[in-house]
Amino acid sequence: MADKKTLTFALMDAPFETARTTTALRLIDIAARRGYDINVFAYEGAVFVPFALQKQHSNPVHGHPEVEEEDHPLPREWVSALIDEVMKNGGKIDWVNCGLCVDERGAGESIEGVRRGAPGDFWAMATASDNTLVIATK
Amino acid sequence: MKVLNVIATAYRATLEEQDDTVLWLTHAMKGAGAELDVLLRANAVNYAVKAQDIGRLAFGERVQKQGPRLAEDVAGLIAKEVDVYIVTEDLADRGLAADALIDGLKEVSRADMATLFDDYDHIWHW
Amino acid sequence: MADYLLIESRDPFDSNDVGQFYDLAANLAKGGNQVTLFLVQNGVLPARQCVHSDALSAVAGAGVDVLADGFSLDERGIAAGALVTGVSAAALDVVVDQLAEGRKAIWH
Repeated sequence: MADKKTLTFALMDAPFETARTTTALRLIDIAARRGYDINVFAYEGAVFVPFALQKQHSNPVHGHPEVEEEDHPLPREWVSALIDEVMKNGGKIDWVNCGLCVDERGAGESIEGVRRGAPGDFWAMATASDNTLVIATK
Repeated sequence: MKVLNVIATAYRATLEEQDDTVLWLTHAMKGAGAELDVLLRANAVNYAVKAQDIGRLAFGERVQKQGPRLAEDVAGLIAKEVDVYIVTEDLADRGLAADALIDGLKEVSRADMATLFDDYDHIWHW
Repeated sequence: MADYLLIESRDPFDSNDVGQFYDLAANLAKGGNQVTLFLVQNGVLPARQCVHSDALSAVAGAGVDVLADGFSLDERGIAAGALVTGVSAAALDVVVDQLAEGRKAIWH
């Protein structure tokens, strides 16, 4: 197994808006499978990525009149699965939602494993990491 | 650890946020002890323009009391001893002469950005 | 000298800024640094022969290692075996490898 590393990711995009969200989670998935320690600083719209109230829906246009058939992706489930994957492989994950971003958006209800934080947390994470990747919004 | 925050996107939700959220984040991290500098490039060079003014923003009876003060926020970073670089060609492309801008900026050419990056441990592009 | 990982998620059809990011990659390489330009999302579009491909091949010609995310290529129906000169398909794992190595990483 590769040497354990600590990587920090800063995200900004809300889910369902841009390809950046999926690419970011793909990167985190790779790191999770390697058992790396992972920090995520979710800034602005990204605080909605682990939002607990995301809900699946059916999609008659897709020919799926039932919710189960459509199996609509929910980024909160992806994040939850990533948290499980990290732990399974001996790593740790610290997902921090920027608190002021949470407040102004009313995004307070997050899945388990997500905590509220502030810009100082991002700096502390970055300082303690082997590397940091900022995936900003446009 | 020394970081260069490169700010390129401009006027994205600045009215709702009352600031540019990356300038804000830079101020906040500086306050938390971060060692960082800023490079304004692309449309974000306009943040250095002194004459920015949003006027009155109102929706029905709801008048917005506080607006963004982007040039002041950039000047505030300079006052905190953050080096604020700005790309020469991006200013010229946008018709921005030096007398339109706040004081204290450090110009860098596009070609010299690569050399500037050597001085930092991390380059965070926003 | 340093090692750099530049990740280009945008495409030149949509953004004028992409050309400047390509130039940055080339300038960093000319400065003696080891540079990877990793294309992802719509950033892979010029890897299929098109009006913007020469600019991408020129970046490779400047000594930059130009890679295109296989997942993004598949998603857009771009055959990995038919990429323009200087561009190779790669797994996104390369990004994590190079982050882990400590390369200065810039996402565009």
